[in-house]
Amino acid sequence: MQSIQEIQADIIDEFSMFEDWEERYQYMIDLGKDLPLIDEQYKTESNIIKGCQSKVWVHAEMQDNKIAFTADSDAIITKGIIAILIRAFSNQHPKDIIEANTDFIDDIGLKEHLSPTRANGLVSMIKQLKLYAVAYQTQLN
Amino acid sequence: MLCEKTGALLKVIPMNLNGELEMDTYSQLLSDKTKLVFVNHISNALGTINPIEKIIEQAHAVGAAVLIDGAQAAPHIKPDVQALDVDFYVTSAHKICGPTGVGMLYGKETWLEKLPPYQGGGEMIATVSFEKTTYAGLPHKFEAGTPNICGGIAFGAAIDYMNSVGFDDIADYENELLAYGTEQLLKIDGLRIYGTSKNKTSVISFNLKGIHPYDVGTLLDKMGIAVRTGHHCAQPIMDFYNIPGTVRASFAFYNTKEEIDALVTGVKKAKMMLS
Repeated sequence: MQSIQEIQADIIDEFSMFEDWEERYQYMIDLGKDLPLIDEQYKTESNIIKGCQSKVWVHAEMQDNKIAFTADSDAIITKGIIAILIRAFSNQHPKDIIEANTDFIDDIGLKEHLSPTRANGLVSMIKQLKLYAVAYQTQLN
Repeated sequence: MLCEKTGALLKVIPMNLNGELEMDTYSQLLSDKTKLVFVNHISNALGTINPIEKIIEQAHAVGAAVLIDGAQAAPHIKPDVQALDVDFYVTSAHKICGPTGVGMLYGKETWLEKLPPYQGGGEMIATVSFEKTTYAGLPHKFEAGTPNICGGIAFGAAIDYMNSVGFDDIADYENELLAYGTEQLLKIDGLRIYGTSKNKTSVISFNLKGIHPYDVGTLLDKMGIAVRTGHHCAQPIMDFYNIPGTVRASFAFYNTKEEIDALVTGVKKAKMMLS
């Protein structure tokens, strides 16, 4: 099992191969298409992440002391972004998620390529994933 | 907010699929209980020019005052507030090449005399004693404290500039851009335009079938094409069409047909990348 840091390094590696924004965005769009859809029953108002201009639903479940995230969005690029975040944080121990550094977002040039409102959405998404981790960590304690 | 404060009842004028106000329903909504009618001159989300002359006339017939939001109209139309006989007309400076954070409220003198100041501060008082304070005359009554002087001067310069270009020429040219843009964009398969009134300004709100407006907007932004996406602060309109938002291209007098061509190419490219 890869650590969050190792996965982030892989993602940085993958993104470094792209030459321009077009390839980078096409990749995110494709990631968005591949994102496993969240179970319909979890697409509830309470699972919507506030602060995103498009709708983003995230559901978290604890399995063997690790959190599994599933998500969906009505916009495909947003789905791609959340797919990247889920890849980095899903199936990890809550403590590791809480402590994880998220600088890789800057390293893959995601933040600079996002408009301010979208960047806010990105911050909201990371915050929400970490909040789930905090909640599950409290259960473990 | 006003309703919460005063217990007033808000009634909404519905619109048809073209994005035009249903004037028959409007007439029925009016009664001698109507205090204020509030309408935007032009819809920022759809571009529809509302028939404010008729709206004002009918409102006055039942004794209601009318406030027109001219923010979207300002860059396209020069309103004649006296001919319109409108009670209040507001607009923002930044819509007509002016600075941000400053705008204009036109009000009939009789109304402005009647209304109390909304804010206290320097320059807005005439005499002050502990028993009674009398307020300064118009417009100082409404200009408490140190005003946005630079903003006001720059707003004036912006208006002078717009007048020197000429609103009639602006309208003619923008209508040409609107017709060209509409024609070119509609050639794209699966593109739907929202707001199809014959009476509209150079705003094209659209979506691509099955594609979220944010996705289109993000990619256009990457191509250096500035559009606005989202609900344009007009959620009820988006609910009416049952869509999360639209992509909105606004053409001004400084835009060109070549730029519309770039937009069309950009939308096609975004469509290809997203589907």
